[in-house]
Amino acid sequence: MINKVVKNAQSALEGVSDDMTLMLGGFGLSGIPENSIAELVNRKIKGVTCISNNAGVDDFGLGLLLQNKQIKKMISSYVGENAEFERQMLSGDLEVDLIPQGTLAERCRAAQHGVPAFYTPAGYGTEVAEGKEVREFDGKPHILEKAFKADFAFIKAWKGDEAGNLVFKGTARNFNANMCGAAKITVVEVEELVKPGELDPNFIHIPGIFVQRIYEGKHYEKRIEQRTVR
Amino acid sequence: MLDKNGIAQRIAKEVKDGYYVNLGIGIPTLVANFVRDDIEVEFQSENGILGMGPFPLAGQEDADLINAGKQTITALPGASFFDSAMSFGMIRGQHVDLTILGAMEVAQNGDIANWKIPGKMVKGMGGAMDLVGSAKNIIVAMMHTNKAGKSKLLKSCSLPITGVKCVTKIVTNMAVLDIVNDSFRLLERAPRVSIEDIKKATAGDLIIEGDIPEMKF
Repeated sequence: MINKVVKNAQSALEGVSDDMTLMLGGFGLSGIPENSIAELVNRKIKGVTCISNNAGVDDFGLGLLLQNKQIKKMISSYVGENAEFERQMLSGDLEVDLIPQGTLAERCRAAQHGVPAFYTPAGYGTEVAEGKEVREFDGKPHILEKAFKADFAFIKAWKGDEAGNLVFKGTARNFNANMCGAAKITVVEVEELVKPGELDPNFIHIPGIFVQRIYEGKHYEKRIEQRTVR
Repeated sequence: MLDKNGIAQRIAKEVKDGYYVNLGIGIPTLVANFVRDDIEVEFQSENGILGMGPFPLAGQEDADLINAGKQTITALPGASFFDSAMSFGMIRGQHVDLTILGAMEVAQNGDIANWKIPGKMVKGMGGAMDLVGSAKNIIVAMMHTNKAGKSKLLKSCSLPITGVKCVTKIVTNMAVLDIVNDSFRLLERAPRVSIEDIKKATAGDLIIEGDIPEMKF
């Protein structure tokens, strides 16, 4: 067993510096790497490019980095629900690259799997396709999209073992599973860190080979964005 | 004229036994409430669930179980969870039978605009471009006119488009229409809405053939 455990968020983020490109898992506030984000705030890392489906809300998730103006550029598919984001974008303080959600996921997966680029029909004929190669397959036009390149991926899983094997819960799997191994260094925080052998190998979602560092998060707020009940 | 629930109720008739269905945010979400209970349908939410159930009971909300609108939901027996790349594999690979989504504008050639108002609103396209880029059966649920009373069914979209020639059917508060030969073809009228009303509220070319029946629910 190759041990991937680091002590805490502080040691997990060793080597993160200004102007890097970071991937962050999560959909809305579900499955976001809360503890790693808190440590990015602590370290006052500046000028980063964030690849994340959403940008958090004003006072939680990536919204915390936005408030401190730590983010230079966001690469996302949907950024509603965040007034500070809108303000910085319209004033030109924040660069924003909006891309289709499936393309965002596939660009992560391509990086994870060593595929440099792929064709997709999503966005053909729209602003998203501007400047991109178009090619027809079976009479249907597709655009060429490239794999992401990132320095760090910050992932949140439900359970993980010391070998870095991961299990996600519910819809919190989302982009987390696709970003593992898609950056030079993958940092995973889990709610529960267990000994090797405690997770059934038949039910591992992501094998430890895609993970460089794993730690148990100190605290999880797990905030709900839209509480809806019957 | 229909309200939002009326639109959802009419669209629910398009949902057939054995369908996997993706519902967009807004009116489309309401469709689930009106699907007949004697057919088997599974709802997909693109953040990673098939077999989505109703909202949870108070006290049973789970931060790890939400839909694409970020609302807390439940999972029905037989449900499955998956990652975002696989979710869009289902969509891009045309495994999802029916997509229902909202729109700001639809053009008579089937173009749709629903993600951006330049200089005003930029929330992003989310999964909409992937959905309209691949789905074979796309129904748009929307009001026939906008808040200013202007038609949302146009000759061509004025807003940045989300997808090209992709809409198959449109259900509004006034009518059911489909797209043929680069025109809107009127199929049904909402209760107490006349053909004249629909003509006035439709800026794009409108094909009216024979008697246009009133919607049935």
